[in-house]
Amino acid sequence: MSNVNSNIVIVDTGCANLASVQFAVNKLGYEALVSDDKSLIASADKVILPGVGSAKHAMDNINSKGLVTTLQQLTQPTLGFCLGMQLMASSSAESNTEENVACLGLIPTEVTPLKAGNLRLPHMGWNTLASVSDHPVFAGIKPGDYFYFVHSFAAPISDYTVASCDYGSEFSAAIAKDNFIGCQFHPERSSKLGSRIIQNFLEM
Amino acid sequence: MLAKRIIPCLDVRDGKVVKGVQFRNHEIIGDIVPLAQQYAEAGADELVFYDITASSDARVVDKSWVSRIAQVIDIPFCVAGGIKTEQDAQQILKMGADKISINSPALADPDLITRLADKFGQQCIVVGIDSFYHKEHHQYQVYQFTGDEHKTQKTTWTTFDWIEEVQKRGAGEIVLNCMNQDGVRNGYDIEQLIKARAVCNVPLIASGGAGEIAHFSDVFQQADVDGALAASVFHKGIIDMNDLKQTLIQAGVSIRP
Repeated sequence: MSNVNSNIVIVDTGCANLASVQFAVNKLGYEALVSDDKSLIASADKVILPGVGSAKHAMDNINSKGLVTTLQQLTQPTLGFCLGMQLMASSSAESNTEENVACLGLIPTEVTPLKAGNLRLPHMGWNTLASVSDHPVFAGIKPGDYFYFVHSFAAPISDYTVASCDYGSEFSAAIAKDNFIGCQFHPERSSKLGSRIIQNFLEM
Repeated sequence: MLAKRIIPCLDVRDGKVVKGVQFRNHEIIGDIVPLAQQYAEAGADELVFYDITASSDARVVDKSWVSRIAQVIDIPFCVAGGIKTEQDAQQILKMGADKISINSPALADPDLITRLADKFGQQCIVVGIDSFYHKEHHQYQVYQFTGDEHKTQKTTWTTFDWIEEVQKRGAGEIVLNCMNQDGVRNGYDIEQLIKARAVCNVPLIASGGAGEIAHFSDVFQQADVDGALAASVFHKGIIDMNDLKQTLIQAGVSIRP
């Protein structure tokens, strides 16, 4: 059963995993379009910003597609997954040079290497949320719930943290500001609870 | 707390899930998509699909099933088999796989690990290692082309040297297949995995030998691996996923219920 009235665009960031994000949306009965077309993205009811890989590579793609301004001007609910969340920050230290990569600056926080202490990196696997705010995307989700993480960089705890996770140190499992929300974990790969988050977002 | 992962492994040959004993005599277990779905719903933390014939037949993995799997499951999955180039990897990741695993092609061209990690990120590059213990030499040795018994070859790498080398080159995770134990269900090779753990700073996945629930608690508690991979015990219904997870939780292992 597809909700043909919805207008959901998954931004084609030129990275992989677009298919799994699209399938996750489809499973909930919604259609989603994968696109890098500026006007389609700007006119969407909901925008999803997926991403895997390095911040540098993804921002290079977004820049070469000329999407920076389009994404910065979005006022509709916009959800970032994993690297997509990190791209919402001001900058990322995940670069192959000494300089940070300038990101979209949608949420004023800086992505830095995950301080995992003596734990192994990348932080890969199912981990529990340490804290969860009352953000509508997290409706029905509580501390202790497991989500699937794969990353070596993270946003620190800040005023924009709406959920946290502990791996050597506490970091933002999700950040939000205005219409933008980003999850460090992969909701599309986090079984039923991940699906709940996507559904919460689509129903916002 | 980060959970230890239970990873059913589905060996794929010609679009069917198969299982052999010590990498030989493969029997058909069933179709890929319903099995994948069944495992995801039963509580598997991740799935691995190995096209066991791909490298030895010098062809690329038949990829059509990758997107069919991605459509039905909502847990991460990894695809292995015949991935020799960045293009091969890109296609599989684009179809919805979360990770790709390379084994023989990494031995033939170790720089492939670096190129893949640079392009797609270290986190989605898994290196599979087939390791055989030679009792007479007291040596752990890496093998390649293990999908076909006629083409299986010993390499010049010892297992622990190769584990260090692949990490230097950008592997994000290592799956250690202990060949002496494969399919015989006598338990994971704890001794080898402890040695591997000591030189492995990325996630380490144990493979080969699971036969009963106690083998999983042993490998997590004694070898501190991040995940345990198993095939026949799940395919043949010898171990129920929920029983396994509940028993591990009671034993104090960090597990996603």
